Amino acid sequence: MLQRTLSTRRRLGGVVLQIAIVAAIGGLGYGAAYNAGLNLSRAHIASGFGFWNNTAGFDISQTLIAYSASTSSFGRAFWVGLLNTLLVGAVGIVFATILGFVVGIARLSNNWLVARLAGGYVELVRNVPLLLQLLFWYNAVLKSLPLLHGSMALPGGAILNNRGLFLPRPVFAANFSAVVVVLVGGIICAIGLTVWSRWRHQRTGANVHIFWPSLALIVGLPLIAYAAAGFPLHFNVPQMGRFNVSGGLEILPEFVALALALSVYTAAFIAEVVRAGVLAVSHGQTEAAQALGLRSGQTLRLVVLPQAMRVIVPPLTSQYLNLIKNSSLAVVIGYPDLVQVFAGSVLNITGQAVEVIALTMAVYLAISLFTSLTMNLYIRTVAIPER
Amino acid sequence: MRRLATAVALAMALALGTQAAAATDTTLAAVKQRGELICGANGTLAGFGMPDPQGNWTGFDVDFCRAIAAAIFNDPQKVKFVPLTAKDRFTALQSGEIDVLSRNTTWTLSRDTSLGLDFAAITYFDGQGFMVRKALKVSSALELSDASVCVQQGTTSELNLADYFRSNRMSLKSVTFATGEEALKAYESGRCDAYTTDSSGLYGERLELTDPSQHIVLPEIISKEPLSPVVRHGDNQWTDIVRWTHFVMIDAEELGINKGNVDAKLKSNDPETRRLLGVEGQYGEALGLTNDWAYRIIKHVGNYGESFERNIGQGSPLKIVRGLNALWTKGGLQYGPPVR
Repeated sequence: MLQRTLSTRRRLGGVVLQIAIVAAIGGLGYGAAYNAGLNLSRAHIASGFGFWNNTAGFDISQTLIAYSASTSSFGRAFWVGLLNTLLVGAVGIVFATILGFVVGIARLSNNWLVARLAGGYVELVRNVPLLLQLLFWYNAVLKSLPLLHGSMALPGGAILNNRGLFLPRPVFAANFSAVVVVLVGGIICAIGLTVWSRWRHQRTGANVHIFWPSLALIVGLPLIAYAAAGFPLHFNVPQMGRFNVSGGLEILPEFVALALALSVYTAAFIAEVVRAGVLAVSHGQTEAAQALGLRSGQTLRLVVLPQAMRVIVPPLTSQYLNLIKNSSLAVVIGYPDLVQVFAGSVLNITGQAVEVIALTMAVYLAISLFTSLTMNLYIRTVAIPER
Repeated sequence: MRRLATAVALAMALALGTQAAAATDTTLAAVKQRGELICGANGTLAGFGMPDPQGNWTGFDVDFCRAIAAAIFNDPQKVKFVPLTAKDRFTALQSGEIDVLSRNTTWTLSRDTSLGLDFAAITYFDGQGFMVRKALKVSSALELSDASVCVQQGTTSELNLADYFRSNRMSLKSVTFATGEEALKAYESGRCDAYTTDSSGLYGERLELTDPSQHIVLPEIISKEPLSPVVRHGDNQWTDIVRWTHFVMIDAEELGINKGNVDAKLKSNDPETRRLLGVEGQYGEALGLTNDWAYRIIKHVGNYGESFERNIGQGSPLKIVRGLNALWTKGGLQYGPPVR
């Protein structure tokens, strides 16, 4: 009886303490915001988000959504910057992951040259500051590309010069969506086919060849649909103008340099994470797999990596977060990311540092938390089910 | 990154601190107590604000801060210069990091009203221009439709550029950089067809290119850029000191008083000269300074014309003509209200 009272009291005390701490933090935050508002008005500095719908008036070099200097608002500029950050973050993560896994596994290779090359890459890249690498890539990319009048014409109508890479831009007619529907349907059928053949293989041991039927489903059917819909796709081919290339899909050198620098830099860290993960898997697992007659590629893919992933994913998440946050270095090479557009031009034109910086920090926090959440969900799928 | 640090520092100061200096103490008192003026300057713009290889700051905007220091301390060296980018500059002033911003800054209505800042006096009448390669064979900015233009962000240049292309129905591909240096470098590497900033800046920056003769400044001036030193709103005494520092330099030029003859002019019988130099009246004390404050400015820094010619005019590599910045008596716009 006494025992229970004591533990209840202790638990109650804990709850009260927690509520008090939360209230104190909340009060501190409110106090800071109130104080900031008071000080801003005392210093005659405009405050609030009233600027959000005012016309921005400045131009942005890369816009994934429609934006014009004359009509779009600061709010619109914010979204343009945010999307540019997400784009370079996503592209960087994909390439950094691929490169990081390749290098990390190569560093464990029995081939002396491959292992040394991978080791050299990691040591070179991760020991040079990212900012310097970014400037190197930007200048290397810009300097090595031809000037406008010496533009390289690439096959398929693409053009490459120091203003960027200009690809033919696909223009979809209205009934193109039918082709997409057929394509998605084909992919779903092909997946179903694969599942069925695995099931049948496990049940009866019979091998069903599914390569050609799958190919027909994924490629053949959409092609037929494409022809039936009257070829609803053509390309807007870039044209050389007096100063610039017009039309087509433009990939800025600033984007290429930033994505390259982020990928190469982060890949070096990911490689070490991967190496650590693979080494964490007991060597007995490899030996057991070999004893079962698995080839080395199969051993890696089916036995080692799935177990290594549990070790790899948490530090990998940190690397992804670093990559996204490092993308704000875009500011030095003129890539219009969130920091450059919003915490740069918008902050300076409106002069509202407190609001702009607070919002920018909140956005990075949200992106990072979302990335962590996604990775945590992924960890659950690779965790060993405990009985 | 420094800009971000400043902005974050401002946010923290506003959130956590009570208002630092402005409310209780005057800027003048703070400067006197500190023993030096802290002046926000450009840092990379030849002729206006840049440290030389020995680390001595020189330039037209720099001299203006030296003039304020001379007026307060009788010593033009008692200034600490803080190099600022276009993006940093207002935050640095708002947060109290600097006392005065003298960094080719355009006076606009929105900056005057919403930043908690005041513009003291137009020290240089400027306008925005374009620089292009000669090889481009462009003779007018109106031929630049579809061109890529490098520009520094957070400037009126960035906004004027979009306006100019829009109002002339030309299509624009602007590439913006955080600092003028980066924008200029990108222009030089061929990333852009044109580089745009205030035309005063163009003269200086053209000389920093590998081969200046390969580049020309186009004739069009597309905007009004009245450049002015900036102070925090609400400290009227300090605003007056900064404003009148400029005016007495103009007045001195108009009265023919310069570095060389200022001592002799102390014995002048001309009442205007006598009031300006503090021989008659208590005009300096009214500002919170000593009565010989203007004498100190001219003795140490010189009059407006001397500062102009030495830093950006015929005595400098830039060779900018006075133009709009000539005295009003010589067809320009520089006009100093009377000291009396």
